[in-house]
Amino acid sequence: MSVQMPALDRAVLGRREQIVAALRRIVPGEGVIAGEREMRPFESDGLTAYKQLPMVVVLPETTAQVSQILAYCHAEGIRVVPRGAGTSLSGGALPLADGVLLGMAKFNRIKDIDFDNRVAVVEPGVTNLAVSNAVAHAGFYYAPDPSSQIACTIGGNVAENSGGVHCLKYGMTTNNVLGCEMVLITGEIIRLGGKHLDAGGYDLLGIVTGSEGLLGVVTEVTVRLLKKPETARAVLVGFPSSEDAGECVGKIIGDGIIPGGMEMMDKPAIHAVEEFVHAGYPLDVEALLIVELDGPQAEVDHLIERVEKIARGCRASVVRVSKTEEERLLFWAGRKAAFPAVGRISPDYYCMDGTIPRAKLPLVLKRTRELSEKYGLRVANVFHAGDGNLHPLILYDANKPGELERTEQFGADILRLCVEVGGVLTGEHGVGVEKRDLMPVMFSEIDLDQQQRLKCAFDDKGLLNPGKVFPKLHRCAELGRIHISGGKLPFPDIPRF
Amino acid sequence: MTDTLKPRDGKDVEDAVRFALSDGKALEIVGAGTKRAIGRPSQTDLTLDLSGLTGVTLYEPEELVLSARAGTPLAEIEALVEKNGQELAFEPMDYGPLFGGKAGAGTIGGALASNLSGPRRIKAGAARDHFLGVSAVTGRGETIKSGGRVVKNVTGYDLCKLIAGSWGTLVAMTDVTLKTLPRAETEASVVIAGLDDAKASQAMAAAMGSSCDVSGAAHLPGHVAARFDGMNTRGAATCFRVEGFAPSVAHRKETLAALLKPFGPVAILDEQNSRALWRSVRDAKPFTSGEALNRPLWRVSVAPTRGHEIASQISPAAQMFYDWGGGLIWIAMPGEQEPGAGTIRKAVAAMGGHATLVRAPAAVRAAGDVFPPQDSGLAALNKRVKDSFDPKGVLNPGRMWAGI
Repeated sequence: MSVQMPALDRAVLGRREQIVAALRRIVPGEGVIAGEREMRPFESDGLTAYKQLPMVVVLPETTAQVSQILAYCHAEGIRVVPRGAGTSLSGGALPLADGVLLGMAKFNRIKDIDFDNRVAVVEPGVTNLAVSNAVAHAGFYYAPDPSSQIACTIGGNVAENSGGVHCLKYGMTTNNVLGCEMVLITGEIIRLGGKHLDAGGYDLLGIVTGSEGLLGVVTEVTVRLLKKPETARAVLVGFPSSEDAGECVGKIIGDGIIPGGMEMMDKPAIHAVEEFVHAGYPLDVEALLIVELDGPQAEVDHLIERVEKIARGCRASVVRVSKTEEERLLFWAGRKAAFPAVGRISPDYYCMDGTIPRAKLPLVLKRTRELSEKYGLRVANVFHAGDGNLHPLILYDANKPGELERTEQFGADILRLCVEVGGVLTGEHGVGVEKRDLMPVMFSEIDLDQQQRLKCAFDDKGLLNPGKVFPKLHRCAELGRIHISGGKLPFPDIPRF
Repeated sequence: MTDTLKPRDGKDVEDAVRFALSDGKALEIVGAGTKRAIGRPSQTDLTLDLSGLTGVTLYEPEELVLSARAGTPLAEIEALVEKNGQELAFEPMDYGPLFGGKAGAGTIGGALASNLSGPRRIKAGAARDHFLGVSAVTGRGETIKSGGRVVKNVTGYDLCKLIAGSWGTLVAMTDVTLKTLPRAETEASVVIAGLDDAKASQAMAAAMGSSCDVSGAAHLPGHVAARFDGMNTRGAATCFRVEGFAPSVAHRKETLAALLKPFGPVAILDEQNSRALWRSVRDAKPFTSGEALNRPLWRVSVAPTRGHEIASQISPAAQMFYDWGGGLIWIAMPGEQEPGAGTIRKAVAAMGGHATLVRAPAAVRAAGDVFPPQDSGLAALNKRVKDSFDPKGVLNPGRMWAGI
């Protein structure tokens, strides 16, 4: 692949047998995997275009083992790549040839469910959906719902600050975790937060969430539980143009309504989906919007009328309100199947993840269509319209020479466009290796150096997941130097009182 | 009297920090100064006054986003968003009156640096959850930015979270971007009379575990209840707020009242009284006047169901009330020079949580911890985090902990 990983540490590779033996002493039995065939399943994550066998895989079961593994790797200068379920779409869990792949899948227990305090304490290998399932009998759920929720784990959600279709109203992972236990690369075990709100000192939990496995390895997470809304209903709205759809989204929010979910699809996505699931989507529209209202029955009935009225005022050509739960689920069936539906009409697809100010949507769609022509590659757009998170799906065929490279260039152009209009490179998939080299589009060297200094506070030798997030790696000692310029002038420009 | 530097823009702030760096000076960062007496007493040489960096630079209500210079008065921002039917949903409290100052004087930078919140914290989050982007000058004299103007963003470390609640010890903010949200059409409150603290804790757990979408849950014990606004009560009051669209509020207040009836006699407060009540809960009003103004004041955060356990462990002469469904406890201790730190910190440590001595005479704040003491591993990590932003200790050194 085109992304350059840190130079191989041949000294470490030369000691591979000793390292494997040392890890086996820490995690006996099946917990250390060193055979090439057995390591194969770990060679990539959800970003399958990138593959690399690790030096060795270790699957600890206890916090004490994680601590010993990390302390050992720290002392020996061995790189470590943490991994949850491996569903990352940005290559966050891509192994290193000279690194230990630390899989957290065996941390799969739900330790405590506390309905009175509305929290659950879970191990990081518990899947996102399993948390909601475990509390569903009492009418509770865990709000962040990334589309991989059946497979992705809470530990991975913390690492990536995962979102989902409901984040406009209910927040992302960072707004829904209260505490964690975490092991630093030195093996030190620290606890952040708990069942209470906010940090009494620095909000380190806020930094760890979304840090993509570069700061520590989480071994326990305390998540907030929410009571399920009494009811939910959806409105399906078709528009003759994406401008009209965008205007409708703005007006709904401008009217003081924050829907539980608000999703948009463009024409290519609508057609792909309709052929696949027959959700009854109109095919003669340019944009389709699904607006879901949830809450008490009285509120939902009231708001659905308002949304319907707003939609009609925005030149909607189709407005359908779900009458039954079956109909609501049918509206969603199409949207939820959007990725596989696009997968059906193309040998391969590449999912992008930028966020833009919502008002820029028509412009971004127009420019994306132009890029699509330029690169000769089709694109379908799925959009978390409420929060501006855009998922263009670029259709390509990996078997055609050069097409993947063209796809990646097309994707990079879309992300540059997102930043240009005031948005960001990634809304919920993370930087990983995929968007690493685009970071300078959004951040100055000073910004990136400061972020790396913060990493140094957690990981002085740069051993945790190197090669992800930051395009250029610096030694901590080098970053710590201060260059004072300007200096002695008591700046007469500044008014003093 | 320390000299004051009053920058006009971000470049001036950068110059000021570089000057301090090269001259070995420490800076006290202030906005309007409403929270100046919180933390360990200042050990600084110069004051860096950011109240000159004012003005809203971007506000797009339909995009739910607002940017402002860090010294912009919070009141100005709140008035602007209110005019557009919106609000800062984290309901930032006003510390001014707790220190004998006037109400409504703080800045947006101060609100973020101290991670303010209010009763709605339990539903909508704190300042940290609404802080989307920042430009700031580090203790290295460099201007950095983090985040952006969109809500959904995982590009790079979320420095906004770390800066929120860092009390000016990591960076001096110059520009900030926040999420705004629609303001509720109306609100009402349900009040149960006469519960003791333990029973109130159960009632709050029941209400918070319902689908009534409660946006405020406070228990006001009998010794302080009469000092809150919006109610006419002599005994203890356990209060619940519902906000939103009128038909929804009408429905939920009735559902909630029916749910809570088994706990004790229930009354409903109309919109006006409800607003007054929660404003006074937000600002810890009982401790802003009279004899109580001189009492050392603690702000304690614990698991909601355990909050009430603390009452039996501290002096019966302490005055206290509970917000956040029982998880936030304001405690005003009786002895002006004796905040009872040992007892309170021990009780909180046993429950899991944190306690901050937000108000005490300077001598008391100099002699003991103000912010929660950290165990050795965490203290060392905090120190490394501080050093990564401010290696020479130029920004508010020692305000949170000695050496940080």
